[in-house]
Amino acid sequence: MGREKLMSKPIVVVKNVVKSYRKGREAVEVLHGLDLEIDDGEFSALMGPSGSGKTTLLNLIGGLDRPTSGEVEVSGERIDRLGSRALARWRSNHVGFIFQFYNLIPVLTAQRNVELPLLLKKMSAKERRERAMTALEIVGLKDRAKHLPRELSGGQEQRVAIARAIVSDPDLLLADEPTGDLDRDTANEILELLGTLNTRHGKTILMVTHDPVAAEHASRTVHLDKGTILEAG
Amino acid sequence: MGGMFHLVRKNLGRKKLRTLFTLLSVIIAFVLFALLGGLNRAFTAGVELAGADRLITTHKVSFIQLMPISYVARVEGIDGVRAATHYTWFGGYFQDPKQQFGLFPTNLEKLSDIYPEYEMPPDQRERLMQTRTGLMVGQAMADLYGWEVGDQVPIFSSIYPKLDGSFAWEFEIAAIFTGTGNTADEMQAFMHYDYFNEARQFGQDLIGWIVTRIEDPELADPVSDAIDARFANSPTETKTSTEAGFAAGFAAQFGNIGLIVQMILACVFFTLLLISGNTMAQAVRERTGELAVLKTIGFSDTRVTGMVLAESLLVAVVGGVIGLLLGALFVQGAASALAQFFPGLAMSTGTLAWGLVLAVALGLVTGAWPAWRAARLSVIDAMGRR
Repeated sequence: MGREKLMSKPIVVVKNVVKSYRKGREAVEVLHGLDLEIDDGEFSALMGPSGSGKTTLLNLIGGLDRPTSGEVEVSGERIDRLGSRALARWRSNHVGFIFQFYNLIPVLTAQRNVELPLLLKKMSAKERRERAMTALEIVGLKDRAKHLPRELSGGQEQRVAIARAIVSDPDLLLADEPTGDLDRDTANEILELLGTLNTRHGKTILMVTHDPVAAEHASRTVHLDKGTILEAG
Repeated sequence: MGGMFHLVRKNLGRKKLRTLFTLLSVIIAFVLFALLGGLNRAFTAGVELAGADRLITTHKVSFIQLMPISYVARVEGIDGVRAATHYTWFGGYFQDPKQQFGLFPTNLEKLSDIYPEYEMPPDQRERLMQTRTGLMVGQAMADLYGWEVGDQVPIFSSIYPKLDGSFAWEFEIAAIFTGTGNTADEMQAFMHYDYFNEARQFGQDLIGWIVTRIEDPELADPVSDAIDARFANSPTETKTSTEAGFAAGFAAQFGNIGLIVQMILACVFFTLLLISGNTMAQAVRERTGELAVLKTIGFSDTRVTGMVLAESLLVAVVGGVIGLLLGALFVQGAASALAQFFPGLAMSTGTLAWGLVLAVALGLVTGAWPAWRAARLSVIDAMGRR
């Protein structure tokens, strides 16, 4: 899972992106001609008040949504031009998602949850199992492989979710408030794990957070307010 | 494939009681399907067994009206007719008047020309021809009453008294025949018409209907027309149809069994459709967020649709197969108990095949709406609701 770290080359390029939604008859513009670049191997925190457009931007970069106008290029691919089927395939190959509420499938064991993205690959059951176990080992939960989510603590559930996000070795990890549902100590453990994935395994990470302490773990913080980037430092 | 099936199986196991009840409702519906299919077959067995090269000629007014026996020879003289014989309804029963069976006075010598599928050992055939009170019974009927060749048995007629006023007719079991393998044609018996005609109190030289074997099934229409034309404007006009047409008409006396069965099944399956469709929709609705997560990690709309359809298909097909097998067992069990009333009661491979088609269709239809909803599910909206 290790990759060479190339700090200078942007993996995410967002150019003049506008995103508006319809609310009844009215169109509400959430992002106003936004530009952003994230370098390969960077750990960025995306901060801003509620309604500033953080999650909307994350969804656009993750190929879950399309911009109203503008360009979104990730890993050299103009994903704003892809159809929904191609976009789904692209997501399975290039992005790993980490959610605030873990979003594990409750009827599957930790190992089976981690295996989910691999169901989309041509891979034997044995290979799937081995790769899932490797991912669980990276997040320190190899011994919990056969446990159901309800048998795990919140922090452990989030680790399983992280293992699921990295199991297919994506270029980019997108985390939406990954510590929002955790206590401070557990949150720090998760942030340290993300840091390790960034430094040791070369994963580019974009993390949406409200929490300044969480943002400190990132190498760069991007501030967003009312659909505009305020500062990226 | 294995991983996807595991996911589908686990999804069905989320609410075990709900899945179990849905499965039970599917099983019950298919048991009913198998039972009613067997019953329908019992009523229409005669149609299935009918020979394509046989015609039945009855009195034009009704098949219970009798005709002169002289008609048989006149039918035999018509071009295209290979052989003809006659049947009369005897109204026979062995011990219980409620359990009447098909006992037909006929010309036994000609019977094998008309029905070559009735087979019996040559010695029994000879014994039958030489015994005036000889009775030719089907294997299924002999098994039912425990009759063997040589047994003397009294059989009662609910219609014809003998000259001495008794309704009890003496017979000797002279031959036991086997049919085409189906119990339907082995649940009947034949007696010499001469014995019947000479010993009965009334109706001499009259017969119930004529069975004609024609040279070529293609000739069915012209020969039928020729027979009816021969007796047109006589005191006893006739109506000739193919054996299948006659059997279908006979079955129709009980009402349109096929239609009744279809109506009942339509109601059952419509209700089932609503129940399991609603259950599936609810099961998928409860997992909206999880489906959104699957889509987020790269599951395509098609794959999610397939997964939801696979769940409903699995319930419908597993329930359908169990129901059909149970139904087949019930039908098999009932077949021997009800052999006198429904000699053709059996589950055909056609019913089984239709059942499987229906199970697949049920799975697809009940899964269609939730699958469509799952495919259309917007990840952004679904995740936003969580």
